Amino acid sequence: MATPLLEMQDISKRFPGVQALDQVSFDLYPGEVHALVGENGAGKSTLMKILSGVYQPDSGTIIFDQAPVNLTSPHQAQRLGISTIYQEFNLVSTLSVAENICLGDEPNMVGPLLVNWGAMRQRARLALTLLRADFDVDTLVEELSMAQQQIVEIAKALERKARLVIMDEPTAALTGAETDTLFDVIRSLRQRGLGVIYISHRLEEITEIADRVTVLRDGHVVGTKALDEVTLPTIVRMMIGRDIDQQFPVPARKRGKPALSVRNLSRRGVLDNVSFDVYSGEIVGLAGLVGSGRTDLAQAIFGVQRADEGTIEVDGQPLSKASPVQAIRLGIGLAPEDRKNGGLVLSLPVSENITLASLDKLFSSPLIIHRREKLIAEKYVEELRIATPDVGRETLTLSGGSQQKVVLSKWLLRDAKMLILDEPTRGIDVGAKLEIYRLMDELATRGVAILMISSDLPEILGMSDRILVMHEGKIVGELDRNAATEEKVMMFATGVYANG
Amino acid sequence: MAEPLKDEQGTQTHPAPKPKKSSFSIIRRQGMVVIFIVICVVAYLLTPDFLTLGNIRNVLRQVSIIGLLAAGETFVILIGGIDLSIGALVSLTGCIAAGFQGHGVFIGVLAGLLAGAAIGLVNGLAVAKGRIQPFVVTLGTMSIAQGLALLYTGGYPIFDLSDSFNHIGSGSIGLVPIPVAIFFLVYVIAYLVLRFSKFGRYTFALGGNENATRLSGVNVDRQKILVYTVCGLLAGLGGVVLAGRLGIGMPTMGTGYELQAIAAVVIGGTSLAGGRGGIVGTILGTLTLGVIYNVLNLMNVTAFYQYIVIGAIIVIAALINELGKRYGG
Repeated sequence: MATPLLEMQDISKRFPGVQALDQVSFDLYPGEVHALVGENGAGKSTLMKILSGVYQPDSGTIIFDQAPVNLTSPHQAQRLGISTIYQEFNLVSTLSVAENICLGDEPNMVGPLLVNWGAMRQRARLALTLLRADFDVDTLVEELSMAQQQIVEIAKALERKARLVIMDEPTAALTGAETDTLFDVIRSLRQRGLGVIYISHRLEEITEIADRVTVLRDGHVVGTKALDEVTLPTIVRMMIGRDIDQQFPVPARKRGKPALSVRNLSRRGVLDNVSFDVYSGEIVGLAGLVGSGRTDLAQAIFGVQRADEGTIEVDGQPLSKASPVQAIRLGIGLAPEDRKNGGLVLSLPVSENITLASLDKLFSSPLIIHRREKLIAEKYVEELRIATPDVGRETLTLSGGSQQKVVLSKWLLRDAKMLILDEPTRGIDVGAKLEIYRLMDELATRGVAILMISSDLPEILGMSDRILVMHEGKIVGELDRNAATEEKVMMFATGVYANG
Repeated sequence: MAEPLKDEQGTQTHPAPKPKKSSFSIIRRQGMVVIFIVICVVAYLLTPDFLTLGNIRNVLRQVSIIGLLAAGETFVILIGGIDLSIGALVSLTGCIAAGFQGHGVFIGVLAGLLAGAAIGLVNGLAVAKGRIQPFVVTLGTMSIAQGLALLYTGGYPIFDLSDSFNHIGSGSIGLVPIPVAIFFLVYVIAYLVLRFSKFGRYTFALGGNENATRLSGVNVDRQKILVYTVCGLLAGLGGVVLAGRLGIGMPTMGTGYELQAIAAVVIGGTSLAGGRGGIVGTILGTLTLGVIYNVLNLMNVTAFYQYIVIGAIIVIAALINELGKRYGG
């Protein structure tokens, strides 16, 4: 490795009320994958927004390709060859793969007004080939899987002659196999001499793909280490500034009566004759690949989707129709996979999200007593340590971890007996994750039944009393806490084992 | 609930998100107050007649009907919908009320209100159960209501309304014209409903995120149906008051009112995307429109210019709201 591709020196950035970055230095060599980790609010995204031209630093210098640069707009950063792949993709879903890859930079013919479709397809195909992806460039983006869409994003960056690619939580929505494919793509970027900045909450991935890691905390660089000289626990310690002796709480839970009984639940093409029980006081992990039917199962239980066949009982009472209203009345609560779309009304204050599912229980008249509502919400904000200056704050302004706690508060207030948590810690930083684990354990200890859907295997193994594994709409395996290993779960999830 | 969750050192591990001074709905609303006051001052400087009691009564009487429509439209827009049918509904319900008032004022008023609520109910059912886009549904019912009004009247105005019916539109309680009293009463109720009732809360929640609201156990379909029904009912009230004020039922008397009502809501800062805004903004939006019309009239500006000025005000108000959102924090 010769000269660095990028050097950021003593970058500082202040927002009203908070020093987001304080003299942060960061560098990247060509052909290197440099991971950037830290809790939410540590300054990762601010630093990357400065690098991609969205924000301007208050002080500090950026040297790109041995020349000092002043990045004043995203457009300019892109022209220099700095591309960002955001968590939410910037693709136009109703256009084709080729159109997306060349968007804004279409090859012309005859004059500047006509698009040369042949050349456009060819350029798109070339970019995809470099990434060893072989899907049709005429496919509409909305028909692609999340993983494929991501590859389109990367192809778009390559097409724009990117020399530095920033990836922000690229695996958040990917399955294990898709993640492997992505890593192959990243390795090929590295071979081609590009620099990659890799942001992720999944530290295992970082040990697999990154060459170096820089840890940020509260706007400072805690340290930059080569991955072969540092262990995972060390990185975690650097991130949160203290030891975590126990990531997962040791369960002292007692299994009670069946809280949820699902029998022969089927839905054409999605769920195939699913039967299982969840007992009160128990955390059941539901593992499986994305698309195996886990989320569909959760939605069928909660009444969002109608099942074709089968019965669902909560505490011995049957759910007679597909309706969230009835599911909630019988004591089910759902924290959906997509918090921002299904869990919260982001434009409402924290307090109003907490009480939204319980207004009929809290107030018997049609009127809401604001003082009482505020006190109730404040109680949950304090108990769950939701980081917000006051409960009247728009929920939009909270961090991912705090937002998830608001969703949980909503169901705690409703006094749900059966909680379905779909990817409860996705996109949440380490500290808040631990708090959510501890909260789940506490709830189960008090007799709440929890069904936890997760793609995070250590989380499934660490939290669950029992693990159910789904594959192609069926429950193909059940593993006891003590018998479960990552390998066994994956064998079931990928369909290698069946009916164990 | 559980014991408070504290980590070993009891430290706060997450920095609070960067403070944002106040939610911009408030800033927008205060911005609206400022704009309204400025416009009133300008109005007074241009035409000192503006601040006479007679003229103020006049302005209020003129805005009262658009105001009733705008109140209903506010609810619809807050849930992320739109109702284009209310202008035609004013025509239809005004004519029906005029047709039935011969059997007694009460029967006439009731017939007008019921007709409005019925079409509103149809709108709500088509939107909630039929899953048709509100723009399309109410574009259809706008045309249907207009057709029904023409059919009902045979295309001719209904004359010779009773004095007691006309009293609704032209009478006064003390100094306050009855339409103005109705207008203020409706706004007080609408304000209380939006601020203090579950119905109001569900209105904001539904407009903010329909999916999350449904998953919280709120009966989203019922809420939509109720909101459109209320909007239709208020259009019916507007039709009754207008017929009473004009002393006739005309089958085209409400044409174009829906656009003025929507303009009042938008000027008041309620977002067409739903979930943000409120009734206080709408009353200010309604009054702003009324004052501008009034001043242009007092200054003898021709109606041709009035269209242009009003159009510009709508766009400027939307721009100010947008800037407030961007820089108001």
